[in-house]
Amino acid sequence: MSSNIRPSGVFDTSYAQDIALNRTRADKWLSNGLFLLLLLLPLLSSDGPLGLNIVPTLWIGTLNRIAIFVIAVQGLNVLTGYCGQISLGHAAFMAVGAYTGAILGRQLGMTFWLALPIAALVTGLVGLIFGLPSLRVKGFYLAMATLAAQFIIPWLLRYPLEPLTNGSRPLDVPVPTLFGISFAADGAMFYIIIPAAVFLSLAARNMLRSRVGRALISVRDNDIAAEQMGINVFNYKLLAFFVAAMFAGIAGCLAAYNTNSVSLDTFLLDQSIAMLAMLVIGGAGYPLGPMFGVTLVLLLQQIIIPSLIPPLNNVLPGLLPFINSVNIYAALSPLIFGAALAIFLVFNPRGLAHRWEIIKIAWKLRPFSH
Amino acid sequence: MVNSAAKLHVDNISLGFGGIKALQNVGFTVGHGEIVAVIGPNGAGKTSLINSITGFYRPQTGAIRLDGVDITPLPPYKRAQLGIARTFQNIALYTNMTALDNLMAARHIHMKANAFTSAIFYGLARREEIANRQRVEEIVDFLEMENIRKAIVGNLSYGLRKRVELGRALALEPTLLLLDEPMAGMNVEEKEDMARFILDIHERQKMTIVLIEHDMGLVMDISQRVVAIDFGRKIAEGTPDEIKQDEHVIKAYLGQEI
Ligand SMILES: Nc1ncnc2c1ncn2[C@@H]1O[C@H](COP(=O)(O)OP(=O)(O)OP(=O)(O)O)[C@@H](O)[C@H]1O
Ligand SMILES: [Mg+2]
Repeated sequence: MSSNIRPSGVFDTSYAQDIALNRTRADKWLSNGLFLLLLLLPLLSSDGPLGLNIVPTLWIGTLNRIAIFVIAVQGLNVLTGYCGQISLGHAAFMAVGAYTGAILGRQLGMTFWLALPIAALVTGLVGLIFGLPSLRVKGFYLAMATLAAQFIIPWLLRYPLEPLTNGSRPLDVPVPTLFGISFAADGAMFYIIIPAAVFLSLAARNMLRSRVGRALISVRDNDIAAEQMGINVFNYKLLAFFVAAMFAGIAGCLAAYNTNSVSLDTFLLDQSIAMLAMLVIGGAGYPLGPMFGVTLVLLLQQIIIPSLIPPLNNVLPGLLPFINSVNIYAALSPLIFGAALAIFLVFNPRGLAHRWEIIKIAWKLRPFSH
Repeated sequence: MVNSAAKLHVDNISLGFGGIKALQNVGFTVGHGEIVAVIGPNGAGKTSLINSITGFYRPQTGAIRLDGVDITPLPPYKRAQLGIARTFQNIALYTNMTALDNLMAARHIHMKANAFTSAIFYGLARREEIANRQRVEEIVDFLEMENIRKAIVGNLSYGLRKRVELGRALALEPTLLLLDEPMAGMNVEEKEDMARFILDIHERQKMTIVLIEHDMGLVMDISQRVVAIDFGRKIAEGTPDEIKQDEHVIKAYLGQEI
């Protein structure tokens, strides 16, 4: 939507400029600058070689987790946001990537750099299989069919594949290395995870602005018209499932190597739903949606709510005597989280990315707002 | 008797939905570069006829031939690749896209980028974006849509949405254009514009056009031949003047002015 509004005084002189991501030199400097700044952060933490302690290491770990989920939710955005197919099995696809990567690295001693693409491919193929019902069913019924993935995959990993996966117990994952450099610290993993997130977000963005992206959106907006305008609707639905699962697989594999352990209970239905929530809050169908949604939800879950609980703990026992101060965190955090999400959705039903576009338009049009 | 010279041959198709017989043994041909109008009262089966030509409906008997080739077994997207494009009676645009992207989406069959080259973008995908954008801009100019190119089509007026839909069909560069009531619900000025566009397309591009239209005045002005259907049967076929005098047609439209 913002694409039709230009900063005052900026005119496109060619179609090439019109389709560029950064239309002006200032845009380009800004996005490259932000990326460079991001890459500097670990150097300023205590993990860095300079021994500085300007950026807390905790931040680096949080940024890694955010970036991993950005990758997974970008995939979900391709499937749900662009192609309009709902999936309740996204966390299960992450599990496939995590376990494939872990097993390849552990049992076969394969290097991380090979395990990652193989995990991505395997997960993509698994996603393709669970996308097959989209040939026949849509919407709510498809959501139910993808729910099957969310039950079957963890079950397979827990019981029949137990000799490989360690079942319900966590599985250790080796540390990635490259030319003798070990990526054990958060500050080191940062240099794998952040470029991967940026690269895959750009890939999704590029897909959106070309032939494949328009075909996916055509399927979402009007599958009957799309089919009669020369688009093989079923192929594109399967492609969306493949890409979504592949992104989830990469995210899962990165998560496994980031924490050096995999455990099934991080890939259950609640996680699938959390990722859908991240997508909707951020803005489904917007390239920036995953970034906004994941950041907001993870900051809320990991930083804002935990810091709210202690002060609440002082007031609440008198106010709500049924809440035991021992498990106050478990009692309150889902409550606050749910309420925060509900409030966000009431005020931003189309997501933060949509709000962001409105703000950008207002900013670009200044000083001529009419 | 296959007329291989014909652009389109609807060969005695019958289509039923449960008990409803939407089309019964309907057959006619459309020559290269011809404009044929299909008329008939509400529920006569006109839209079902177009849907059978595009492959959205599967007639139980009969065949559809394009340039003499039997396309009856082909799914809709393959028929579009062979050069059949349509507009819909109840506009079926990609609502959340811009007018430009709706047209670009119809360039699908002329483009090559796959998921991988699209994701990389630089190189093939970018080059073909620019080349196809040029084709689309010609259509934008022709249909006088310059000022709405970047508007989200869901926000456009009814008349403009109909125009974008015509543009989308043209962007596919069809050889057979099917228009389902392109002027319904428009005001006089919009109707005149649309009629002018259709005649222009026909004259300049020698496009073969089948159009459904209720307004007999417009049918007279635009079409070279008319096929009339009623209750799923073809009741008459001929020049507009012959059709106006035809007793079956007059009976079908009894009490209505034609
Ligand atoms: N998908 C369908 N399922 C069941 N019946 C249908 C379907 N499509 C069309 N019909 C029936 O077939 C008959 C012909 O419908 P059609 O839409 O082709 O008529 P039409 O000539 O286009 O009418 P109108 O002028 O109102 O657009 C109608 O009785 C309609 O109810
Ligand atoms: Mg109709």
